[in-house]
Amino acid sequence: MYLPHMLDFIKNVEATRAARLGTEPPRMTAEEKQAVLNEFHPDYSDNGFDTIKIGPNTGQKAPKELCELLHSHSKLTGLTLDLTRTDLETDVLIIGGGGAGAAAAIEAHHAGANVTIVTKLRMGDANSMMAEGGVQAANKDTDSPQQHYLDAFGGGHFAAKPELLRRLVMEGPDAIRWLDDLGVMFDKHPDGTMITTPGGGISRKRVHACADYTGAEIMRVLRDEVAGLGIDVIEYTAALELILDESGQAAGAVLMNMLTGQYLIARAKTVIIATGGAGRMHYHGFPTSNHYGATADGLVMAYRAGANLLYQDTIQIHPTGVAHPVQLFGALVTEKVRSLGAMLINAEGEAFVHPLETRDVACAVVLRECHAHNKGITTPSGHGVWLDSPLIDMIHGPGTIQRSIPGMLRMMLNYDIDIRTSPILIYPTFHYQNGGIEIETDGYTAAIPNLFVAGEAVGGIHGRNRLMGNSMLDIIVFGRTAGKNAAKLAKSTAIGRPTIGHINTYTEKLNETGLTTNILSPILLPNYVRNVNKQK
Amino acid sequence: MQEMANVYFDGKHYTVPSDLTIMTAMEYAGYALIKGCGCRHGFCGACATIYRIAGKNALHFVLACQTQVEDGMHVATLPFFPLDKKTYNIGEIRPTDQVMAEFFPEIFACVACNSCTKSCSRSLNVMQYIAYAKRGDLEQCAHASFDCVACGICAARCPAGISHPLVGLLARRLTGKYIMPESQHTKARAADIAEGKFDAAIDEMMAKSIDEMRELYNTRDIEK
Repeated sequence: MYLPHMLDFIKNVEATRAARLGTEPPRMTAEEKQAVLNEFHPDYSDNGFDTIKIGPNTGQKAPKELCELLHSHSKLTGLTLDLTRTDLETDVLIIGGGGAGAAAAIEAHHAGANVTIVTKLRMGDANSMMAEGGVQAANKDTDSPQQHYLDAFGGGHFAAKPELLRRLVMEGPDAIRWLDDLGVMFDKHPDGTMITTPGGGISRKRVHACADYTGAEIMRVLRDEVAGLGIDVIEYTAALELILDESGQAAGAVLMNMLTGQYLIARAKTVIIATGGAGRMHYHGFPTSNHYGATADGLVMAYRAGANLLYQDTIQIHPTGVAHPVQLFGALVTEKVRSLGAMLINAEGEAFVHPLETRDVACAVVLRECHAHNKGITTPSGHGVWLDSPLIDMIHGPGTIQRSIPGMLRMMLNYDIDIRTSPILIYPTFHYQNGGIEIETDGYTAAIPNLFVAGEAVGGIHGRNRLMGNSMLDIIVFGRTAGKNAAKLAKSTAIGRPTIGHINTYTEKLNETGLTTNILSPILLPNYVRNVNKQK
Repeated sequence: MQEMANVYFDGKHYTVPSDLTIMTAMEYAGYALIKGCGCRHGFCGACATIYRIAGKNALHFVLACQTQVEDGMHVATLPFFPLDKKTYNIGEIRPTDQVMAEFFPEIFACVACNSCTKSCSRSLNVMQYIAYAKRGDLEQCAHASFDCVACGICAARCPAGISHPLVGLLARRLTGKYIMPESQHTKARAADIAEGKFDAAIDEMMAKSIDEMRELYNTRDIEK
């Protein structure tokens, strides 16, 4: 329920709504966008960043919370582990049970490999499950892969690794075909034509959806397929560190049962890191739309083993997280709400930005509206501006909200806010790590033989900002790529003696550098417990 | 002064700020959650929760992450419930009238007690979607179960031992794969790309300098 002062401000939104219907605020010029990013987007400030002081990215900038992880000791430091023991042996070890891990597992299985997925919570506990708005692919006559490339390359500030982006757009239609064939219930016209909508910074109607449960629908189908194929899934089992062999190839991982604390040694011929993002690190102090387990584990493990990061200094703050009610603070309000026509409105009832600017630009403009123009609405958690959702049914007809964004409607109705008649109070929320572990086109890391990475843990596919619907696509495209290639490589590779010598080396370097932190990493889960006197 | 609520986790009393959710109240009380906590935004079904207000006999079935605490709440969490998973090859089975009976014969033991619907944390009409499955109406079952997050409370309450979320899941996959028409334009485009029909165009795009790309991007037309 909105507070009384908020209800007063809603009157300003209502007063201008009829006049706004059918109009479109102007798009910003390239110069205007750059100016607002420079002044208001966290990526363009030095605040909240530190310099990495160890490892391959030494001297580069990263969010200070990530630096703290990279500057911390391993959870295995000081432990004596018998690495010759084998608790689990597999061809392809997949760390992470989200969309990328599941897609990789299915393809690796079909390529003839023995596959094991380990995941620190349950299979499907991942940001994939929470993706609402959709998935891009250039599969219509009005569209083309090169147009998709142009949108993503420009939207990512011309920084994407071209070969990775090429694979993303060229394999997009086949990724959708694959999901369609597995039985994902995409929104379609009666003749099977996909219903596609626009998105921020996207020049064609290219976003496919399953209502506003796109990620959930895809994830539950993939999870069911993994189960149907009989692929081994070990839940509540986190990877703590990679195991290498004496020649530096990935050779497995040290695992830990999250419920009992027991350590396990997993040996594998190839390893795929599909550990996802870092929202729960709350970079720059933002709330997050992310899953409980989004704590950058894969980045830390791979980095200690010698893999380099790419664009670790850029993160996506989604312009529209819930600002109120406080119980939903930071929860995602899908971009699909804006794709369907909802406008961003300030306290005075003015549409202050085109609703379909790219996420980084929209985020910076919202921050400017709240903190520089002082045209936000104060909330118990800070500030917010309006997302005028009632416009959607006015534009597309009554029932559109119920049909197209039922999850959003349900979430807000739970707090007595009916988004069919009331606007949504929003504030930016940490949504995605644009950066991650650098990979080559076929999904492997150049630094560590036999190590693959897929999904949000990868850096470089999107450059320095990601478009809506390109993450759901990349987990499928690069998950499948990693799965196929890891299975193929597992057939020919020879693995030597297992070692975690790289952990000892890293520890020594940390000690030489004099870096100390109070944490051991990967942290696996955030600490939200109030009583800090408790043993962690 | 902050308004507080008296709540009971595992039967033990805690006083917590009344604007918290059940999940954040548990963390406030000192629980470091591993089980029973997932996406924290109502999509994953990890935090199935049953509560009753002291002195009242009604049970409430909710997701802990989506529900504000209330004074007098006695809370039980259901972080895991075993569902009876059937394996199948989606490419081999067909959306026949009998397919549900074959994989989930227990749906015919439904006694129409409606416990599933009454216990749904997402307020779905669960018994209705099971009824659709019984009569082989897969498409209706798929749509009626679409918002299911598989929290499993329905299955825990069912006297017939039905794994409702899995019934809905199979209905949805069969609907998505067989009943809704396949997307021909997607197939055709994927085939065209595989045949190399877009290679020249993407090569040409990638050969451009950053300045050329910038110009192209800033002046591109945007489909209305």
